[in-house]
Amino acid sequence: MNNSFIPDPFRLLPWRVLGPLTLLVIFGATVLYSAGGGKMWPWAGMHLVHYVVFLGLAIVVSYVPRDLFKRAAYPAYGALVVLLVLVEAVGRIGGGSQRWLNLGFMTLQPSEMMKPVIVLVLAQFYDNLPTQMIRSWRALLPALMLLAVPAGLVIIQPDLGTALAICFGAVVVVFLAGVPMWWFVGGGLGAAIAAPLAFFFVLKEYQRKRVTVFVNPEADMLGAGYHITQSKIAIGSGGFFGKGFGNGSQSHLEYLPEAHTDFVFATMAEEWGMLGGLFVLFVFFIVLFRWGMGVARRAPDRFSAILAAGMTATVFFYVAINMMMVMGLAPVVGIPLPFLSHGGSSMMTNMVCIGTIMAVDRWGRRSGRFSR
Amino acid sequence: MFRLGRKNRRITSAALRDSFDRRAVLIGGLQGTIGVLLAARLGYIAVGENAHYRVMAESNRVNLSLIPPRRGWILDRTGAPIAANRADFRVDLIPEKLVDRDKTVDALGQILSLTAVDIQDIKDRLEEAHGSQPVEAAAHLDWDKFAAVSVRQPDLPGVVPQRGFSRYYPTGPCVGHLVGYVGAANAKDYAKERNPLLITPGFKIGKDGLEKRFDAELRGVPGARRSEVTASGKIVRDLETRDDIPGDPIHLTIHGGLQDYAARRLGLESGTVTVMDIHTGDILALCSMPSFDPNSFSDGIGRVEWKMLSEDDHVPLRNKVLKGLYPPGSTVKPTVALSFLEAGLDPGESVNCNGGLQVGNRVFHCWQHHGHGKVDMMKGIYQSCDVYFYHFAQRMGMDVIAAMMHRMGWGRPYDLPLGSQSFGTVPDPAWKQRKYHKDWAIYDTVNATIGQGYMQVNPLQQAVMASRIASGKIITPRLMANTAEPGFQPLGVKQEHLDLIRQGMWEMVNGRGTGARARLDLPVQIAGKSGTAQVVGLNFGNGKGGAWKHRDHGHFICFGPFDNPRFACQVLVEHGGGSGAAMPIAKDVMTYLFDEQKAWDALLPMEAGWGGTPQQRMAAKYQTFAAQYGAAAPRVADGDAAVAKVEAADPAATAPLPVQSDAASPAPEPVSGGPAAAPVAGAAADAPAKPGRRP
Repeated sequence: MNNSFIPDPFRLLPWRVLGPLTLLVIFGATVLYSAGGGKMWPWAGMHLVHYVVFLGLAIVVSYVPRDLFKRAAYPAYGALVVLLVLVEAVGRIGGGSQRWLNLGFMTLQPSEMMKPVIVLVLAQFYDNLPTQMIRSWRALLPALMLLAVPAGLVIIQPDLGTALAICFGAVVVVFLAGVPMWWFVGGGLGAAIAAPLAFFFVLKEYQRKRVTVFVNPEADMLGAGYHITQSKIAIGSGGFFGKGFGNGSQSHLEYLPEAHTDFVFATMAEEWGMLGGLFVLFVFFIVLFRWGMGVARRAPDRFSAILAAGMTATVFFYVAINMMMVMGLAPVVGIPLPFLSHGGSSMMTNMVCIGTIMAVDRWGRRSGRFSR
Repeated sequence: MFRLGRKNRRITSAALRDSFDRRAVLIGGLQGTIGVLLAARLGYIAVGENAHYRVMAESNRVNLSLIPPRRGWILDRTGAPIAANRADFRVDLIPEKLVDRDKTVDALGQILSLTAVDIQDIKDRLEEAHGSQPVEAAAHLDWDKFAAVSVRQPDLPGVVPQRGFSRYYPTGPCVGHLVGYVGAANAKDYAKERNPLLITPGFKIGKDGLEKRFDAELRGVPGARRSEVTASGKIVRDLETRDDIPGDPIHLTIHGGLQDYAARRLGLESGTVTVMDIHTGDILALCSMPSFDPNSFSDGIGRVEWKMLSEDDHVPLRNKVLKGLYPPGSTVKPTVALSFLEAGLDPGESVNCNGGLQVGNRVFHCWQHHGHGKVDMMKGIYQSCDVYFYHFAQRMGMDVIAAMMHRMGWGRPYDLPLGSQSFGTVPDPAWKQRKYHKDWAIYDTVNATIGQGYMQVNPLQQAVMASRIASGKIITPRLMANTAEPGFQPLGVKQEHLDLIRQGMWEMVNGRGTGARARLDLPVQIAGKSGTAQVVGLNFGNGKGGAWKHRDHGHFICFGPFDNPRFACQVLVEHGGGSGAAMPIAKDVMTYLFDEQKAWDALLPMEAGWGGTPQQRMAAKYQTFAAQYGAAAPRVADGDAAVAKVEAADPAATAPLPVQSDAASPAPEPVSGGPAAAPVAGAAADAPAKPGRRP
């Protein structure tokens, strides 16, 4: 495919991935168009604008040289930790929890950016770690500390969903870095013991309720179980082919809460049915399973391999938790569905992840071309 | 995977890469597994459980609501509505859906510009209501206010603006006691009849009177509306509507115009008017005034309204025509005389009245202290001479009199769909023995013979008596026009006896009697009999002036036209100071039957002086009370129950009569000097000082 009319930087993008991804985003925009009551603005239009803007950002990221990634890791991490503390401080002074910093021209959500950055900083950490030390406690403890600070700051915001996403990305990186397997087994056992304790002593009342409701949503259909029940009704009533574009009663009559953000998958499934759901899953399969993990496996070095896999895992975590949540397989946590849910912060984080994987892809090919 | 490094103590970067690859496969596998799991779950929900969730989505989307049926009309004999429905914009509150009661009600008050009194009343009603039982916040709204509430409905959960029909009584208080009123079902009603219709906003059930008695017929069948609603309850569009089936109308024998006229003619008095059709027994008018306005009761009884009604010494909440018991006074005399005739007394036999008669060791006075001179039966009736009756009652005996009273329809209730009736007492020796375990005394007979003592009747019974004297048949009153016209049996008295009694009653009004004030200014003549019943002992006053409560009751019964009786009428004016208060009313009501215009011409100037129609007077009084007491008026515990309590609390109906061994003093009758004499205005001139107990 050598078409000289199309400039190289554009032609050389990994269109086998960006193509399906763009289709998914456009599909997302149609869902948001319907959820917005047949209006382009603000949701559907902004969704596309976000995508185009952050696709540009991803392309820029994809051209960032490997060395710059490595050198920027710790400063970026440090800066975000400072911002997280600042958010907390401003929130405290302002009275009430806060996740954003208002910079005047835009609002900044440091916890969002922490998700790719924790992966980056841990990849950098394990790349620097002498090979011999991978089985010692020195391979784990600093990593845990790097994780604990931002995760702790995000949890007290409180933003459990984002904290879990940060943790998941980090844990995948630690796992792939090659620390002994039994630590994970032990950690898993520890989590199994800690979970009930955390349930009773750490979680806030509303969070606890989400968990109990998850176990039995129908017990409180009008109260805490309302979200999940309505979401299942939306998906279930859609059937295989859906009710048709613009015909989703659950979303249009406002039974479905957060129809354009966290529960956008239910909005989609009501109108497009299981077919639409399979399309969404298929795109994620291509983008994450085949391309993301593929890039990681073909990566030229340890740093970039871990980086690509960690970024893939971060996006995957969003997809998995969100879809499990809307289908009643996980408690309700405020996590949007990548590329479908309306929201600039989430789109930016995910496109940064994609851009990073693209960068790793580029590094893997001296020519600067992308694989596949 | 974690075996790496065991073989070689030295971990190479190649080994790490190897480990990464294997672990990446594991992570990828995990992702794939979750992906498959999600697809399977999607299939299970969307395809496997599709039917289940489709139903749930549909039940979310579609809201089935009942449309309250239009209530059947209550029609008068001409087919004119006594109770109808009118299209209405209304706002109801559903207690269980209210988030912040006070805030919502206050906000609503602001939108609808309700007064503090109205807001307090709504809060009172909300406190009593619970669950899904709707509470009416406002009715009869104009479109602008209704639209204002509709627009703000999403911010006011539990507020239901609705357009529908509400009960409307064109003549308001004039038919209050006759038809009763409607209201929202309360918790007790709902417990009795678990019908979702009862908790449908805007639905009313009959609470009293005919509305209650014929609730089943009037109610109708609710319609249903399927509409698409949002999660917050806002209706997006109507899907399909099944119309309601209006309730059946009920037809009364009442003449709406006459009912209205008679009620208004009572004016500021507390009293009753009953008019019957002698041919059919039809009740043409059944008025008890003052009354409540059933229009304003339908949205619940407010504090100020309750205070206004319950503090009124004219007891507007009591249906006096059926539940009030009164000594009938001299109106019994025609019947007593008839009993004498039937028992063989010669009507020409006379007694000399010199103002009183000694019975045992007491003197029983005639109302005419100067005496009537020689009195035969005819004069006894038209001059209402007490001594005549004192004298011959002792000879004829109480059993004769009591039997005739019973034949006149006294001492028992009638078969009328009007709830409970107080039917009073026709005393006789057996009754006194049963009730008081005392022997009948001669003065009991003497008292009974002038309608005092133990004798008590309700006003309807007096009308029935008049109709029976007029027709000579056993007329029973009828209120429902669609029931078969009864064939009345003859009373079983001699025609010549009846003629004589009627002649006496004619003379009373048109001749030498005391009833000239009832004489019609028409070529139609009526016959009648006045009665003045003493309320309290003479130690309280003479029954004419003084405290309103102590004044005598005024009675008048009549029928007309005299030569071919068609209508029988009864008028009672409570504490009217004597029969003089009742006669002009009877005259105007009878006039209405023959010349409506003439009757209105007589009433309207008077009514202007009284402050307008009953509705206008009540509205003015309400304003005064609202300004004076505002929301500070004591709350009504349970409106319907409270009304029922007042109705039942007639002391005359429930308390046992005191044993009266005293000589009842006959109250004076208005005197007219002769056939041509002008009616004597007022009774003060001929009010002699009445003796009390004689030492």
